[in-house]
Amino acid sequence: MSAAPVLDRPAVEPHLDPTLATREDIRPAGRRLGPGRRRRLAWLLGPGALLALWTISSATGLLDPRILSEPWTVVATAGELLADGRLQENLAISAQRAGLGLFFGIVVGALLALLSGLSRVGEALIDGPVQIKRAIPGLALIPLLILWFGIDETMKVLTITLGVFVPIYLQTHAGLRGIDLRYVELAQTVGLSRAAFIRKVVLPGALPGFFLGLRFAVTGAWVSLVVVEQINATSGIGYMMELARTYGQTNIIVLGLAVYGILGLVSDGAVRLIERKALSWQRTLAG
Amino acid sequence: MATHPGGLTAAARPAVVNPDGKPASGDVTAVSVRDLIRSFGPKGVLNGVDLDIAPGEFVALLGPSGCGKSTLLRALAGLDHDVRGSGVISVPERVSVVFQDSRLLPWDTVLGNVTLGLQEHDAEARARKALAEVGLAGREKSWPHELSGGEQQRVALARSLVREPQLLLADEPFGALDALTRIKMHGLLRDLVAAHRPAVLLVTHDVDEAIALADRIVVLDGGRVATIRTVSPEVGTAADAAGHENLRRELLTDLGVAAVSH
Ligand SMILES: Nc1ncnc2c1ncn2[C@@H]1O[C@H](COP(=O)(O)OP(=O)(O)OP(=O)(O)O)[C@@H](O)[C@H]1O
Ligand SMILES: [Mg+2]
Repeated sequence: MSAAPVLDRPAVEPHLDPTLATREDIRPAGRRLGPGRRRRLAWLLGPGALLALWTISSATGLLDPRILSEPWTVVATAGELLADGRLQENLAISAQRAGLGLFFGIVVGALLALLSGLSRVGEALIDGPVQIKRAIPGLALIPLLILWFGIDETMKVLTITLGVFVPIYLQTHAGLRGIDLRYVELAQTVGLSRAAFIRKVVLPGALPGFFLGLRFAVTGAWVSLVVVEQINATSGIGYMMELARTYGQTNIIVLGLAVYGILGLVSDGAVRLIERKALSWQRTLAG
Repeated sequence: MATHPGGLTAAARPAVVNPDGKPASGDVTAVSVRDLIRSFGPKGVLNGVDLDIAPGEFVALLGPSGCGKSTLLRALAGLDHDVRGSGVISVPERVSVVFQDSRLLPWDTVLGNVTLGLQEHDAEARARKALAEVGLAGREKSWPHELSGGEQQRVALARSLVREPQLLLADEPFGALDALTRIKMHGLLRDLVAAHRPAVLLVTHDVDEAIALADRIVVLDGGRVATIRTVSPEVGTAADAAGHENLRRELLTDLGVAAVSH
């Protein structure tokens, strides 16, 4: 009995052949239900369309500049405010408030979620109060916070923190509680310590929930910022807009709105980028 | 002490293992189970199971679906903290479990999964060696979802063997694999067990798998050990074809299935 002849291997592995792209590639037209491949910069399309609509309506006179300033006026205003330094100054103050509030909110929210997710006592003590806090609008707390802390930075950062920690807590907690029990059993059988269990199983397992919470939190931080800056402030983007209102300077108000919008969009994009890198192990519809 | 903390099943005392790892005669056992009772609600599942496994011995556990095979294995693994029951279980210090699903952490790489819980400084080198043993050298950086089902199960084997277990518990580890892959995995498991010499308790519903791999086959029925059959090497390798067919027939009868000849 003779063995089958061994085929010579081709000089170039077919999948490495540079002419691969030009070869025939006919496939059955299978229906694809997912959204398809991700395209770079595609996220700019929606905001870009909005901007185009604004520009066209202003240029054709459809939009009265007294109602909404033209985009080019806003850009010119931005140039002036940048030149005399007011925009950077106020932006820096605002960013610092939002950043600090976000930082404390993330730390508090994630810690509480861990405590309440990993121990029954923690859950009994923490979950109820957080749900109560969730039912109280952030605005409703401001009078009390002003009485307690005055109108300085502490009150502002605290208001933002209180708005931020709730979504972080809720989503991280839900993610953590959703971890498959099979992985917990696995952790037991390989003899993980409690610390290693948290590091290797709980934190990675809760990360998708945490990131979802983070996206809510980042947007929420800017929203809370607007509120505190327009109520009681002597600096910041919100204050700049509030001042413009008293002088009827629509262009500065619109500029402030645009800045808030850009900040929100950019920070959300940043979170999503980090999320995609951190969760690259996931195989989901998002791709 | 026992690898599993707390619960009903914490080992009373770790069994002594011969330094040469050979199956010992006499009273040295890797696993000893006495009068094990487990129940879910009013329903008794295990009604007094007695079982001994010698160091290095390969025991297959057969039984009809729902007879309590997984319940027994989980008791040995210390995974049944909240299940009502009684009995005395003694298992060695190092126990590894292979599940029917490969149970790899999806957020960790293949290498990270194999080193999970290892504290020794040479953990990574050992994990690489274990992966090479199961034929997966070069796949260390892959995510679990990038592997085929059989490859994932091989990673799970590497993860359990890198701990040099004195007892390997496996609950239908090849149940989800196709027939061809399963036969390859039998060969792999046999080689690995020969090299590392853990005591093995393999839950399976496949009579041929049990005969091919085990030194002893335990049939569980009605919550007790119904029969124990020894498999001689000639029968296991089917060198003794008549003996092989005979044992197969007996086991199928034990399981309450009318034996069909090949
Ligand atoms: N967590 C549980 N809660 C309630 N009943 C359970 C639980 N786990 C197992 N049982 C019951 O205990 C009995 C034994 O289950 P077990 O999983 O041990 O069976 P098995 O022998 O492994 O079956 P199979 O071969 O189908 O895997 C079954 O009747 C099952 O319904
Ligand atoms: Mg089972």
